[in-house]
Amino acid sequence: MSIKQDSVDLKKGAKITKTVLITVSLLFVIIMLVIPMLILIVYAFKDGFTKYIEAITDTYTIKALRLTIIATITAVAINTFFGLFAAWAVTKFYFKGKQLLLTLIDIPFAVSPVIAGLIFILTFGRIGWAHGFLEAHDIQIVFAVPGVIIATIFVTFPFISREIIPVLNAQGKDEEEAAALMGASGFRIFRKITLPHMKWALLYGIVLCSARAMGEFGAVSVLSGHLRGKTNTLPLHVEIIYNEFKLSAAFAVSSILVVLAVIILILRNIVEYKAKKGGR
Amino acid sequence: MYVELKNITKTFQDYKASDNVSFGIEKGKLIGLLGPSGSGKTTILRMIAGLEQPDSGDIFINGERVNDIPASKRGIGFVFQSYALFRYMDVFDNIAFGLEIQKKNKKEIKDRVLELIKLIGLEGLEHRYPNQLSGGQRQRVAFARALAPNPQLLLLDEPFAAIDAKVRQELRSWLKEMISRVGITSIFVTHDQDEAIEVADEIIITNQGRVDQMGSPLEIYKKPGTPFVAQFIGQSSIVEDYSSLVGFDKVESMNQAIIRPEFIRIAKRGELKQYLSAAEEGVVESIAFRGNNLEVKVQVNGQNFTATRSLEKESIQVGEEVDVLIYRLYVFDEDRTYLLENKAMKDDNPVFI
Repeated sequence: MSIKQDSVDLKKGAKITKTVLITVSLLFVIIMLVIPMLILIVYAFKDGFTKYIEAITDTYTIKALRLTIIATITAVAINTFFGLFAAWAVTKFYFKGKQLLLTLIDIPFAVSPVIAGLIFILTFGRIGWAHGFLEAHDIQIVFAVPGVIIATIFVTFPFISREIIPVLNAQGKDEEEAAALMGASGFRIFRKITLPHMKWALLYGIVLCSARAMGEFGAVSVLSGHLRGKTNTLPLHVEIIYNEFKLSAAFAVSSILVVLAVIILILRNIVEYKAKKGGR
Repeated sequence: MYVELKNITKTFQDYKASDNVSFGIEKGKLIGLLGPSGSGKTTILRMIAGLEQPDSGDIFINGERVNDIPASKRGIGFVFQSYALFRYMDVFDNIAFGLEIQKKNKKEIKDRVLELIKLIGLEGLEHRYPNQLSGGQRQRVAFARALAPNPQLLLLDEPFAAIDAKVRQELRSWLKEMISRVGITSIFVTHDQDEAIEVADEIIITNQGRVDQMGSPLEIYKKPGTPFVAQFIGQSSIVEDYSSLVGFDKVESMNQAIIRPEFIRIAKRGELKQYLSAAEEGVVESIAFRGNNLEVKVQVNGQNFTATRSLEKESIQVGEEVDVLIYRLYVFDEDRTYLLENKAMKDDNPVFI
């Protein structure tokens, strides 16, 4: 009798916990995410649909969008390349300073983006040590597009290698050794054995990296110099029009970023689903 | 000698994996490298393959020194303990991999792969992926993949370790038959003496980075070269005071002896018609059923011995007094072993009752 009573109590307890947990999570998500997003959409359309279209087809907005996309694609491409190399190096070879390299890769996670921007100002800017060289060769980095791209690369560097390293570690070296014994070249081993194995992790890293690159504000803000139509990315552009009290325009432009974010989230879910299916 | 190792040493930090290892293998032989874990057998295999470099010493394959030849150019087939099948390729592509690297034409590759799939008896499974195969099937694919490029030497690292007991038995005889059919010189590593004895033409016994003995399974069984081999092979147990036993005199400097169950006969009182004077009296301590026989522990003058007794014979009980006839034992000192026969049995011969 008492045992039965206990189990009923236990079930009741579990049910209460479940309800509380779900309610808290839901409330949190609604207050912190859903309501602000709805407000954003509402504000974006406050002055009417034509105003909205006007805001998002504004020359400067289009230019900012273009720069954001260019910076994102370049940063993702470069980070994919170096991320692959770094991950391959630390998982398949033993060398001195491996732990140091792993720590260095993580630095952008730890350093505030604003500081990252300042680092590059101090390197390439008027007071920087590389300034003379850049001046002599007529290369402009600070307050120019290359600066925006460099800032984006720095901030998003760890995403790809961090996604691949655990997968490669779990795989071990046997398959590579087997292929090498049969005389396969390093590139062939990479293409036929290593790459298929980390394909999904790599794609997932690329998606995360893109999301982060599009939204980057701090480091880019320091390096870009806010030249409207030249070095403004979308997040910077939103800030500028917001500071000019064009609220609905600012929200309209923000909605572009939201749409991009949603697209990336959908991509992420597809990749996750496929990875689960493919990861026998 | 087809494969020859000369004075190989290899150290990992402070662990001596190979300590002056030398041996030679004839063409076409199937060799078992047998030793306890950590005795350096896998290191030897990996050095022959070129996956590890020896610190000093020479490795010859077919008369050519291969120390400076990279693994990929040595023409060796290697079967990994984990099989290391390419998990994102199906059976066909796995086996074809080595042939594609050799830039064989499509038809040649297809013919060879299908021939091998037939050889390993996996027809119809060529488009399965490794994770859709059983352990035994994976092992067969790994074997076929290693053989596909026609290597001159096949190395297998613990080929049966990852397979359950029943299939392992089957695969042992399968592998032995395959290798003899293909006629390829092969070396396999194992820590299981039954496996080595059953499969290998010759066994090399490794111990603490050194080669203790090399010979046919029977030779190693009958004439263990070192105390380690004598203890490692068979179900050996140590006899502390062998000279107190009837028929065994003390041999100079040899203080201990090794005995195996098959060296001992346990007889019910009155069962022994011969050699009675060569037998000891003992008391049965315990009896355990071992499937096809009984394992009997007896005590003789304070020393314990383990022997077997057929199930067909009249049963004995714990506590029963029995006659214990010891045929022979191995006596040893630091580095020699010596077979000692029961002298009393010889003396007894003419006095047949």
